[in-house]
Amino acid sequence: MPIDREQVEHIAALARIALTDAEKEAFARQLSDILDQFEVLQTLDTAGVEPTAHVAGLDTVLRDDEPAESLDAEDTLLNAPRRRGDLFQVRAVLDE
Amino acid sequence: MSTPAASDLWQLSVAEASRLLANREISSVELTDACLERIAAVDDRISAYITVTADIARQQAADADRRIAAGDASPLTGVPMQIKDLLCTNGVATTCASRMLAEYVPVYDATAVARLREQGAVMLGKGNMDEFGMGSSTENSAFFPTRNPWDTSRVPGGSSGGSAAAVAAGAAPFALGTDTGGSIRQPASFCGVTGLKPTYGRVSRYGLVAYASSLDQVGPLARDAADCALILQAIAGHDPRDATSLPDPVPDYSAALTGDIKGLRLGVPREYFAEGMDPGVRATVTAAIDQLAALGAEVREVSLPTTEYALACYYIIAPSECSANLARYDGVKYGYSYQDDGRGDVDMWEAMERTRQHGFGPEVKRRIMLGAFALSSGYYDAYYHKAQQVRTLIRQDFARVFEEVDALAAPVSPVTAFPIGDRTDDPVRMYLVDVYTLPVNMAGLPAMSVPCGFSDGLPVGLQLIGSHLTEGHLLNIAHTYQQATEWHQQRPGIPHRGR
Repeated sequence: MPIDREQVEHIAALARIALTDAEKEAFARQLSDILDQFEVLQTLDTAGVEPTAHVAGLDTVLRDDEPAESLDAEDTLLNAPRRRGDLFQVRAVLDE
Repeated sequence: MSTPAASDLWQLSVAEASRLLANREISSVELTDACLERIAAVDDRISAYITVTADIARQQAADADRRIAAGDASPLTGVPMQIKDLLCTNGVATTCASRMLAEYVPVYDATAVARLREQGAVMLGKGNMDEFGMGSSTENSAFFPTRNPWDTSRVPGGSSGGSAAAVAAGAAPFALGTDTGGSIRQPASFCGVTGLKPTYGRVSRYGLVAYASSLDQVGPLARDAADCALILQAIAGHDPRDATSLPDPVPDYSAALTGDIKGLRLGVPREYFAEGMDPGVRATVTAAIDQLAALGAEVREVSLPTTEYALACYYIIAPSECSANLARYDGVKYGYSYQDDGRGDVDMWEAMERTRQHGFGPEVKRRIMLGAFALSSGYYDAYYHKAQQVRTLIRQDFARVFEEVDALAAPVSPVTAFPIGDRTDDPVRMYLVDVYTLPVNMAGLPAMSVPCGFSDGLPVGLQLIGSHLTEGHLLNIAHTYQQATEWHQQRPGIPHRGR
């Protein structure tokens, strides 16, 4: 299935990745090549086949609801690119 | 065996080192120093390490020597190791070979790392890899490629290429890697070392930086199967921090190494010897299977008809999970963050898009895009849902075959180590290198790569595949083969500096 430049821009927007013009060209070509490899799946009849969730069949794993220590604020913020006091600092989310 | 000279200690296997340490014929400090010297001597040509933690290693070695003196030793106490840089190490940078995490310092250990530390294993440093585990050659490291110790113009395989190269070059007695589509087995094959991908869920994924969570698994790379058994023993088992880890009890893996495979029903899947395979790989793997027959295995051909669909299935499911997992890199909580130097002309969305543009390398972007597409409205049923159904068929294929045979033998990869740069411009050609390792991950099975010879001077790996939780069985097949052969003892002659 061929992917054009417009579709690449749509996917990049979904994935929140800015792309250069050169990247858009390359990805359109490469993603088309890769999707061609996927066509083989359409030749398999999978009507009524259950999709795989866990390979060993684990299902709805529950644990006891026991309080435990979690990371303290300093550790949590240790790798924050920008912080203000004990808070992560982010850009404005709402328009003025 | 006499005690080796201090400068040669880096050549010891894990089992040999463990015995000499326990008998106090050598100290962990001596062994660790020998390994650090070996790294200093060869890693400028191999580039197996992103970070060498010499000070931590010496400290841990001294601690290990005190534990051994106090009679409080486990089999891995004092044995040095390398950790793939995808596994979190408390207080030590864990970069995933990505610009995105170049300065990320975890505040906790991955469970597999914590269990090795509890045993007293010594961390030499962090291994190079394809960025976030996405690649087959370690050329996708954002920092530098790792070189194959057998031929430094060639790749070591990937994504755990730094781990395999380090073990092959003697720059670590063992390494901890991860395998999502072949990332332990394929580099082990390319570098002539022994690698084990355990059953999905056998080892906790807690602290493994997520790529494709339904496929990722931690496992050892070492010189032989006996060493892999010791390492798996330390890291296997249920972990309340990973709900997908299996509750099954952990057997004694070393006790499984009986050296006897008489009557073993060994299947050879015909689809794993398809056209396009390197003739040298075919001949070498066929000879290894003949040797297993001579050792008592009953070899029979079997068929896994869904093999040809596994590649497409993998490259839908893994990128889909990747696109969801890597959505966390938004430049807010940790990792690289695009800054506009206070001009304030970039809004939140644009900052996020530029963070991801500059923080991720090309293959990671390619897989995120592929996954975002496969999960997007209008395409989900045709791609993602279809692939998850095909995955069920692949699992059923294996289950049917394991009613007839105890294990499968096949090549790890259709090719040997290829020249650096040979496949980087063609993603599909790169993906085909893993065509015989991907199906195992789709079904969550345990599998090994065992050195079984050379093709044009480059190592070839025999792949052994078992049904769920048969690691002990696979280790015994590999061990029995290694008792009868010397391929796993071959070491590369690394060319001198400036050549």
